[in-house]
Amino acid sequence: MKLLRELMFPLIAVIAAFIVGGILILIIGDDPIVAYKLLIGSALSWPDGIGYTLFYATPLIFTGLAVLVAFRCGLLNIGAEGQLYVAAFATAWVGITFVHMSAWLLLPLCFLAAIIAGGAWGAIPGVLKARFGSHEVINTIMLNFIAVALVSYFTQYHYKTPGDPIMETTEIGGGAHIARMGKFLPGFPERIPLNLAFILALVCCVLVYLFLWRTKWGYELRATGSNPTAAEYGGISIRKQIIIAMTISGSLAGMVGINEVLGYRYRYYDGFSASYGFTGIAVALLGRNHPVGVLLSAILFGMLIRGGIFVDAFTNNVTKDLVDVLQGVVILFVAAEALFRGPFGRFGLLKRSKV
Amino acid sequence: MLELRNITKRFGDVLANDNVNIVVKPGTIHAIVGENGAGKSTAMRIAYGFYKADSGEIIVDGQARQINSPHDAIALGIGMVHQHFMLVSTMTVAENIVLGAEPGSEIALDLHKATTDIQGLSEEFKLAVNPHAVIEHLSVGQQQRVELLKALYRHARVLILDEPTAVLTPQEVDEFFAILRGMRQQGKTVVIITHKLSEVLAISDEVTVMRDGRVVGQVATKDTNAAELARMMVGREVLLRVEKPDADVGTAELSVKNLSVSTSNGTKRVNDVSFEVRKGEILGIAGVEGNGQTELIEALAGLILAAHLTGAIRLEGRDITRVNARARRELGIAHIPEDRHRRGLLLDFSLAENSILGVHYRKPVVSTAGVFLDDQAIRKRAAQIIEDFDVRPTNQELPARALSGGNQQKLIIGREFELHPKLLLVSQPTRGVDIGAIEFIHRKLVALRDAGCAVLLVSAELEEVTALADRLLIIHEGRIVGDVDPKVATIEQIGLLMAGGH
Repeated sequence: MKLLRELMFPLIAVIAAFIVGGILILIIGDDPIVAYKLLIGSALSWPDGIGYTLFYATPLIFTGLAVLVAFRCGLLNIGAEGQLYVAAFATAWVGITFVHMSAWLLLPLCFLAAIIAGGAWGAIPGVLKARFGSHEVINTIMLNFIAVALVSYFTQYHYKTPGDPIMETTEIGGGAHIARMGKFLPGFPERIPLNLAFILALVCCVLVYLFLWRTKWGYELRATGSNPTAAEYGGISIRKQIIIAMTISGSLAGMVGINEVLGYRYRYYDGFSASYGFTGIAVALLGRNHPVGVLLSAILFGMLIRGGIFVDAFTNNVTKDLVDVLQGVVILFVAAEALFRGPFGRFGLLKRSKV
Repeated sequence: MLELRNITKRFGDVLANDNVNIVVKPGTIHAIVGENGAGKSTAMRIAYGFYKADSGEIIVDGQARQINSPHDAIALGIGMVHQHFMLVSTMTVAENIVLGAEPGSEIALDLHKATTDIQGLSEEFKLAVNPHAVIEHLSVGQQQRVELLKALYRHARVLILDEPTAVLTPQEVDEFFAILRGMRQQGKTVVIITHKLSEVLAISDEVTVMRDGRVVGQVATKDTNAAELARMMVGREVLLRVEKPDADVGTAELSVKNLSVSTSNGTKRVNDVSFEVRKGEILGIAGVEGNGQTELIEALAGLILAAHLTGAIRLEGRDITRVNARARRELGIAHIPEDRHRRGLLLDFSLAENSILGVHYRKPVVSTAGVFLDDQAIRKRAAQIIEDFDVRPTNQELPARALSGGNQQKLIIGREFELHPKLLLVSQPTRGVDIGAIEFIHRKLVALRDAGCAVLLVSAELEEVTALADRLLIIHEGRIVGDVDPKVATIEQIGLLMAGGH
């Protein structure tokens, strides 16, 4: 029952977005039914559709979780984008620098590099907020610019293969590669880049859930997000929680680097992120800041990205910008939930204070 | 003058007003009393057009009227002063009063005429308000009179006042009542919503008692008394006095020496305060709100940065001035905060989760591994508190937000009592709590004292501190200005000290 209630509003938002999108498609001069059939059909076909959908969903699960953890502490991490860039570069750097190291050592090192780099980049705005009270939204946005510029610089001037016209580093050592799912799933071709990072993302969903709702640390983090003054009263250090939350958030965002570098391109490719960090905000919002919701909404967004390519190719007028429209409208409706709930919420409040 | 006839109002599945009938006669002061949630504010907000009744009618001057908004109410001569003032603090009295009813043409504001009008009204009703004064420079009592002027300026003939005395000192209350009597003399009608029985008896001509959304009686004030009104409000006999044996006082538990608390801009909110709280006694601190009580309690609870403190706080002789909140709790200090929504509760968390705030990191609620919360232990603890402190509803999965104020307060009190504290800091323990729960909370506090706990009680309710405290300090502008025996001192004496006089 509770789950159903939780699912209702996101579901309404998604359906509403599809209706609005359908009207748009009509205006543009295509058949919405055909377009949507194409969208969903190509996103769920076996094995390519599902494979690519989940592959696109993987970074969004990480960034969605990153936003969720910060949000549960009352923080808005708009910096997942910067955190994942720094982390992806760091993990590639380790893979390049220790190119001949054996997998047993190199792989853990590369994982750690991504997690620590992302965490450190996330911790900066955390520390700034805890120490000086400067707002994390501004600082994370600023750090995005710095991160993007920094990794571009290093790619361009220090780690590019000489003569390569593409902005990408040299390849990482073979020991740092993680297996693609094709290795384990019969009938699932290895050319599909879905890799073990997806499993890692699922594990992270579980871990984030356990951490937030089953440990004392999670309690403190959520208490801080729910009511910082009451948390303080309960003997919780708000400053510490802010730093912890931002660090964990950054680490989760950083794991995007594992999917991208260790599981997909085997090198750092500049500008690889299709705004994963920002879409993560939408994913967390649609997923009601719960790991299960994040997983579901990341998969939905993965479907949209995958299906969008086919809608673009096989309809006359609709382009894959439709996906952006759908995403935008979903978020609009999710954000408007407050509006839907407003009157109910008000009655709820009155009901409580008057009885 | 004003009559509510068969008013019914639902909020969701809650019947806030059930067939309410109230007749307010012209030229009288009419009190509406009831516990929190009895529906008195709802009824009056319907009369003022804030809410629309589901059924029933409002009669003004003998005619049924549609009141769809406060605008309609004002046009019919009904004014309302809310518990929380609605004033722009950086604007002058005159500017505030004309706000929304600006005189002059569409473009030019004729403040001059307004000022003269306000001056006249102020003199007529002896309000002594200077139209040119800026709101933020006025005392709370004066601000309230500005609110009255606002209604009078809009030609209100009926003034509805929602809990008007909550923010006033006893002396200010007396002045305020004098003003109300003056208004009655001038032919105005006053409706006063309150839950303080002494005020009802002091000021009103007639009183309507509400309970559970229904009117349980409308009587002439001269024909009733406090005990009868309390019985009508609660529906059973109520002990209005706190029964307590003499204190069996032990050694000093808490000793505060020359404590000062400054804000970050350097203003001293607590100024060179020294006192002791001994085992087995309740030390009361009386004062008008905002005179440093909040900062004093928070400093003692460890919620104010040590950098903002000077002086020493000792618990059983040990200096704890620089000890943090968590460690202070471990040393045996429990704290019932004045603002339960701000400090005391995680409103979106369940009752179970709220019941462990402050002990959430240690045994027994954390499992042996020291990391995972032990669900069963938490549930057991919550169930214990809910049972011992009669928290309703008893479903511990409900968010704290879903509870009434009284039950939220009982949950907090239960949680803090469960610590078996040596020292209890308690602030406004019964604010917004209904009479039945007040009685319960008072008995619990006395029981804790009798068990040897040192209790420091801050309350803005003078009746409450004088009834509970064994010794009473009076605080004014951050200083302790009086130390009296509550059994001997009169309300007038205490009130005078609270106001800063001697």
